[in-house]
Amino acid sequence: MTTAGSVLFLICAAFALLAALGTVLVHSPIRAAMCLLAHIVALSGLFLLLHAHLLAMLQVLVYAGAVVVLFIFVIMLIGPQAAEPPVLRGMVVKTGSAAIMLLFTAMLAFSLMPAHRDAPELIPCTATEGAECQQFGGVSAFAQSLFMDDLVPFELISVLLTVAVVGAMAVARGRTVEETESIRRKRTAEADTLAATTAREKALAAEVSAHGGH
Amino acid sequence: MQIELGHFLALSATIFGIGAIGFLVRRNVLVQLMSIELMLNSVNLTFVAFNRYAPQNHLGQLFAFFVIAVAAAEAAVGLAIVLSFFRLRKTVHSDRADTLKN
Repeated sequence: MTTAGSVLFLICAAFALLAALGTVLVHSPIRAAMCLLAHIVALSGLFLLLHAHLLAMLQVLVYAGAVVVLFIFVIMLIGPQAAEPPVLRGMVVKTGSAAIMLLFTAMLAFSLMPAHRDAPELIPCTATEGAECQQFGGVSAFAQSLFMDDLVPFELISVLLTVAVVGAMAVARGRTVEETESIRRKRTAEADTLAATTAREKALAAEVSAHGGH
Repeated sequence: MQIELGHFLALSATIFGIGAIGFLVRRNVLVQLMSIELMLNSVNLTFVAFNRYAPQNHLGQLFAFFVIAVAAAEAAVGLAIVLSFFRLRKTVHSDRADTLKN
């Protein structure tokens, strides 16, 4: 990697780490969402560095454009109660478990740090070639892999997204406790009426058959 | 300083750890969902980094693409559940999600 690449990596990595820490540590959820946004943009810079140009764009489009906006919508819907007052109960256990996780993470990071592989040289496109040069990670080459090798999973993703949208609507529609209660009352009343009608009909039928017997 | 594959992997592991700590320690459902997003993102970084060092095919990037799609679906459904939970309990504290307990 070139010196400029190394500098870009250091900047993006620092931003990604700080923003991730901010997401987890900041009290207000709206600030956490903003930190998540910064984290996502920093990660898309890292994707650019790794020659994943299309994915870097998709990352910004899907995460920054859709997921973070969805988070902010929900925070706005919930209102000031979205920021819970801090709970002091179980602070010792929390700190201990966080410390253990941090130790584990540091161990993992330090053991992975020396991993070395030679980065194959990738030839960049010239201006005249355009999209046809099949550059690694570019739209053309990526789309070819996607539609040649992974067409079925790609189509399944569309089914998954449809199901997710319908499911999200069905779940978010929801009912309050009072609504559930009123529906239950209505159902009980209906069942009572039905039972009464059936009983009356039965009595009538018995009467008719008794008369027919005579 | 020469940036190697290991640096990307270490960064990704650290972000995953931060996300895991956030998910376990925080009690705000919204922040917990964001921590899940952090973890999914760090896994994406690992896939893309490995793919850069074996560029014969696009398998890593394709998998990251699918992870992004699944994460979007997960966020939509998760936030719908959060809204429903908030309507029921008037709070986003995950300890209050104890309807099945009693």
